[in-house]
Amino acid sequence: MNHPVVIVGASMGGLRTAESLRRFGYLGPITVIGEEAHKPYNRPPLSKEVLANEVTHEAVAFEERAATADVNWVLGTRAVSLDQEHNTVTDSSGMVHPYSALVIATGLRPKRLNLANGDLAGRHALRTLDDAINLRAELTPGADVVIVGGGFIGCEVAATAARLGCDVTVIHHSAHPMLRPLGTELARQMQLRHEAEGVRFLLNRSVVGVSGDSRIREVQIDDGSSIKCDVLIEAVGSDSNTEWLESTNIDLSDGVLVDSAMRAISTSGDFIPNVYAIGDVARFANPIFDDVPRRVEHWNIPTETAKRATSVIAAQLNEDEKLEKLLQDQFKPVPSFWSDQYDIHLLAFGSLSLSDTVTLVAGDVTGECVFEYHRGDQLVGVCGIGMRSVVQSYRAKFI
Amino acid sequence: MIKVEVDMTKCQHYGQCVFEAPDIFRLNSDDKLEYTAEADDSERANIEAAIDVCPMQAIHIVE
Repeated sequence: MNHPVVIVGASMGGLRTAESLRRFGYLGPITVIGEEAHKPYNRPPLSKEVLANEVTHEAVAFEERAATADVNWVLGTRAVSLDQEHNTVTDSSGMVHPYSALVIATGLRPKRLNLANGDLAGRHALRTLDDAINLRAELTPGADVVIVGGGFIGCEVAATAARLGCDVTVIHHSAHPMLRPLGTELARQMQLRHEAEGVRFLLNRSVVGVSGDSRIREVQIDDGSSIKCDVLIEAVGSDSNTEWLESTNIDLSDGVLVDSAMRAISTSGDFIPNVYAIGDVARFANPIFDDVPRRVEHWNIPTETAKRATSVIAAQLNEDEKLEKLLQDQFKPVPSFWSDQYDIHLLAFGSLSLSDTVTLVAGDVTGECVFEYHRGDQLVGVCGIGMRSVVQSYRAKFI
Repeated sequence: MIKVEVDMTKCQHYGQCVFEAPDIFRLNSDDKLEYTAEADDSERANIEAAIDVCPMQAIHIVE
């Protein structure tokens, strides 16, 4: 009867789930199944330090704690199916893992462009350490680097590649890079700062094709033009890793729908006993903003959702009488994110992309500055370049 | 006592740790991180939470 808690996904969310289970007093067995061969590591450096230097897994690995020394890591293995009736997960080696509680932490993978000639060498996406190591080998001085997608990842990679001496072009679907989250004034300013570093932008444009022999040599743009390309980096968003759950009745319309206790919700709207989801793949409502469930791809969310899920799981498995009260608690983590591009440090709290108006409230956009993001009368976010103490002082307004 | 160490070659002064362990970490008037290197054992949970939220993974407890 003493089946392990099985965590599917061995990235930061999976690790924080294991650690947090121990912190909440769960002493039983824990199994973590992960597709990558590496133990959990920190992803933010992948678009920066790891691309610029010789960085090993050891340098980015999360420190291991004594409390989780007995976790059973099943790495280099994917979960392929979930049997809800028998409470088991089957992995790609055919092993069946019975669980007392299941935590889905499978996260996202990069979307890829759908291109004829798609098997040419020189195409990259960036999500894993191995992706970063492969890309690093190609970012040589003078290389023509084309980045499709001017979001945060695309812009961070553009900054790193420009500083490495590459000739960088960013192709983006809207009028400025990072426009949707940052708003026009800040997004335009970030564009200017990139351009001052030599990055070229093709805006309101998309890629329609690639050509070359065995490697990519040219990228075709939707205005009929072509540009030289040695390295193509596709930073065009992500898809949820939920295919292995498709035979279940879980609501997978965008990631895994969960309630405020991170319990998976079925297509008929009921919570599923003993199945939870956390991290990038979990779609939950945040009462700070409204009651609309959304997936949140910020770095602090795996840790926050892991904490929430494990407080409930530990209480459930330990038959703790606090469980009922715990389930009544609101879950409203303050989204927090940052981005480093050159020496520019962006720091933000809240959910900028929900806003309809953006207002400069401190500083000067050409130097250090702070912007407020409102939806109607409601403050939904704050973002600054520098001026950290001012930006930080806003966090309390969301709690 | 717990000994806290921040690798200042990694620290980017994001200040996320300040919210988790305000008695240990703070940003000074130049927005740079300052911290107290020795803490009472009762601070362990807060310091571990600060370690978890550090984007650069620059904070360590020296055992």
